[in-house]
Amino acid sequence: MITKRIIPCLDVRNGRVVKGVNFEGLNDVNSPVELARYYSESGADELVFYDITASAEGRALFTDILREVASNIFIPLTVGGGINTVEDFDRVLKCGADKVSVNSGAIRNPSLIGEAAKRYGNQCVVISADVKRVDGVFTVFAKGGRENTGMEAIEWIRRCVGDGAGEVVLNSIDTDGVKGGFDLEMLRAVCEAVRVPVIASGGAGKAQDFVTLFKGLPEVDAGLAASIFHFGEVKISDLKTLLLSSGINVRL
Amino acid sequence: MTAIIDYGVGNLFSLKSSLSYIGEEAIVTSNEKEIRSAGRLILPGVGAFADAASKLQESGMFELIQKEARSGKPLMGICLGMQMLFDKSFEYGEHAGLGLVHGEVRPISQAIPAGLKIPQIGWNALRFRNGVSPIFKYISEDDFVYFVHSYYGTLCDEHTIADTEYGAYLTAAVQDGNVYGCQFHPEKSGPVGLSILRAFCELN
Repeated sequence: MITKRIIPCLDVRNGRVVKGVNFEGLNDVNSPVELARYYSESGADELVFYDITASAEGRALFTDILREVASNIFIPLTVGGGINTVEDFDRVLKCGADKVSVNSGAIRNPSLIGEAAKRYGNQCVVISADVKRVDGVFTVFAKGGRENTGMEAIEWIRRCVGDGAGEVVLNSIDTDGVKGGFDLEMLRAVCEAVRVPVIASGGAGKAQDFVTLFKGLPEVDAGLAASIFHFGEVKISDLKTLLLSSGINVRL
Repeated sequence: MTAIIDYGVGNLFSLKSSLSYIGEEAIVTSNEKEIRSAGRLILPGVGAFADAASKLQESGMFELIQKEARSGKPLMGICLGMQMLFDKSFEYGEHAGLGLVHGEVRPISQAIPAGLKIPQIGWNALRFRNGVSPIFKYISEDDFVYFVHSYYGTLCDEHTIADTEYGAYLTAAVQDGNVYGCQFHPEKSGPVGLSILRAFCELN
């Protein structure tokens, strides 16, 4: 039986992981390679690297570290951030990324998903959507959640999947950072709309939130989180033991 | 030395890295001499079957791979590379494969109950079939490997060395003599995947 996936997300700026990380036994807590290895060894099913650099120099450093991570860690790697063209896909895929996640780039350029899926296959293209309720309507936001696009989210996601996106990361801005659990209502609406894997993001504050997610919404395929893993609040190995004892199939 | 066959399909970075990581000398090549002199061959691939098969034809490597495999050289097909080993595929039409493993490739939608997501993406457990294949000598049944696929090999029971349960049991790996195929990605399956590659690289 296929397992539920647990995916840590690392933000990278100028070749370093940002947000202080708090692990014992790591010499360099901001080294993407050390962190990636740590997560891989503790049972992460996949890693997401998010490039938050704005400069060309930073972008070059990002591809360098991606290459180094991909030479040392052999689990699926997804890359996001600054993906605006098919050439951006090419740049990160050549450095060892398996999947590429697009967000604002797909909003600005509606043909990006279709072109990338045609060239690299649907399995390679992930639509990442930042969604917030505006007057009760699920609405897509761009630029890291700062800009309201005015687009209704479910229809937008359905269209992206129709164009060739093979997976959906749904990041609820409403629950992100609140640490009160995932946004089950929003996730349910997406799961009902598409038949590709859906990855929940935004809101994980404790291990039990993942149990609630997968029990409450078995259609969700994976849970993504950043800070609770980075700060050592939740260890992935402990989380997986908890999930398994709750009857949720995971890879140990 | 292992040759990773480059026919313009898919991303070979991780595959090459994973072989280096286990200490196996590997080259990514489309050169006939290098393919002939390699100790073993890996045929990768992602994307569509027809496109990949025609690229292999155009590059002249279709017959070369058949010849090398029939001479007894160990060959491993991965993902679409595994599907290419079969007699034929029904992905958008009907297309001939390398014919190195008897069987055919069909959409998993024909095998599994409606409602399950396609492609199958994620980690799933292996069930060994027909004994324990040499490439599995360092791993255990029920170990997890990483799958991404919408098509699967079928009518190949006697060559199936592992399957995996996704609403139905789907072919996960095949072997016919020196020819091996993995539907999953060993280069993306953590220590389990590396152990499979290591066992393959020990074959002569």
